[in-house]
Amino acid sequence: MNLLIVGAGQAGVQLAGSARDLGWEGPITLVGQEPHAPYARPPLSKAFLKGEAPLASLALRSAAFYADKRIDLVTGEHIDRIDLAGDGTGTATSATGHRWRFDRLVLATGARPRRLPIEGAGLDGVLSLRDVRDAQALAGRLATATAVVVIGGGFIGLEVAATAAAAGIPATVVEAAPALMNRVVSTATADIVATAHRAAGIQVRTGLRPVRLRGTDGAVAAVELDDGAELPADLVVVGVGARPRDELARAAGLRCDDGIVVDARSLASDGRTIAIGDCANPPDPSPWSHDASRLRLESVDNAVEQATSAAATLAGLDRPYRGVPWFWSDQGRLKLQIAGLARPDDEVVLRPGRRPGQHTALRYRGSRLVAAECVNSPADFLAVRRALAEGISLPRTTAGDTALPLKEHLAAAQRADTMELRGP
Amino acid sequence: MPKVFYTQPDGRQDVIEAAAGDSVMQTAVRNGVSGIVGQCGGSLSCATCHVFLAEENADDFAPVGDDEDEMLDCAATERQDNSRLSCQLILRDGQEVHVTVPEAQL
Repeated sequence: MNLLIVGAGQAGVQLAGSARDLGWEGPITLVGQEPHAPYARPPLSKAFLKGEAPLASLALRSAAFYADKRIDLVTGEHIDRIDLAGDGTGTATSATGHRWRFDRLVLATGARPRRLPIEGAGLDGVLSLRDVRDAQALAGRLATATAVVVIGGGFIGLEVAATAAAAGIPATVVEAAPALMNRVVSTATADIVATAHRAAGIQVRTGLRPVRLRGTDGAVAAVELDDGAELPADLVVVGVGARPRDELARAAGLRCDDGIVVDARSLASDGRTIAIGDCANPPDPSPWSHDASRLRLESVDNAVEQATSAAATLAGLDRPYRGVPWFWSDQGRLKLQIAGLARPDDEVVLRPGRRPGQHTALRYRGSRLVAAECVNSPADFLAVRRALAEGISLPRTTAGDTALPLKEHLAAAQRADTMELRGP
Repeated sequence: MPKVFYTQPDGRQDVIEAAAGDSVMQTAVRNGVSGIVGQCGGSLSCATCHVFLAEENADDFAPVGDDEDEMLDCAATERQDNSRLSCQLILRDGQEVHVTVPEAQL
């Protein structure tokens, strides 16, 4: 039985190792498009961009790991065609004409940066960040840039802006929504983050859209905004989200809707092909979601946990993808950690930190705690992540009481739950 | 070349030849040592690389930092005096390091 994994990012690598650990005995082939062995992407906007972490230090696994697990790692091959039979077997063909026959197929093809649909987006000096090549290009530009404009106030944009500012380059972040990290965190948290970035010298401009990038001799020179302002820039970084790379799945006739639609066992619409990571659109894994909604996530946690569950599916085990999604973003001196998924209309209970710069926003849906947004508060983050995983809520009325650490609040809530279960 | 001895809760041991400059966490994850997750890649964001450091290695590494201290207090397996986040244990040439992996990381 041949297992073919298309895409050698965090999800593909995890699935390859987990499938072997769970008893897949046949050949496992992991095909990646990039020339490098699989690496961690999060440092690309931070340590790698600063030149503090060489590519070798980003390796996800050692050469010995692939050898020990008998994983055939193929790099530099772009699969551009898949012939898929009704029973999930088939053949994949690369742009160079290499072919791989498979009995089971895993699509872990990731996402690609969304492009800016405005005039001037193709000018020299307009970059996005997804892979090592992008990061190398960006690092090269940062070495000589005199004014950076980041379009998009999401995680990647803010991380890049913080890196530029730390290097002493004037940086401006332009976000179309009224607040940074729109819809991902509460406005209370977004405001704290914006204030910290401004204090570090970054210009943060929200509620404004770029309408045109103006160039001189083919190179970007300025960003024109919809309020008529013009921001000079010799480097523009576009961080306006990503789109799933689902074209192989579409061509193979698998159902796609903002990514490859899969069930909680990571099976696509043919009931055989597996799709995982950024390219997949599974049911919301949150313990309280009851598969009622779908959610395409782009995070390390999602890639690893969904891949681990999918490996179990391949082994014939029933271990649906469940868990509390979590995210982190290191932005200069800000450590932002998020446990759980809040909706924009979930209510906020604030817990000001004990030390300056600390902040935790608890998010409630009715009386249930569903998420926490933690700035420089790793203990709060861990306490809530565990509580959510164990199904422990916290009374809203006492959650804001900072006399007691969150960990103690949650321990008390757990004791109360246990008492209730045992009865009088 | 540094060498790390990872002991699992059931007593099983993995011995890995590491690279100087790598952390005990990176060495484990790259080589498939079970029980050390390290999802955040060493940015002190996830606390899934908790280990118990052998007494003889206690002074071989930089002391516990503020964030690490705060996170160890909330680790999935109860903290002990020799608890460390292994992403903070950076290896040097010639070292032999012994760690024990806890029962749970998440």
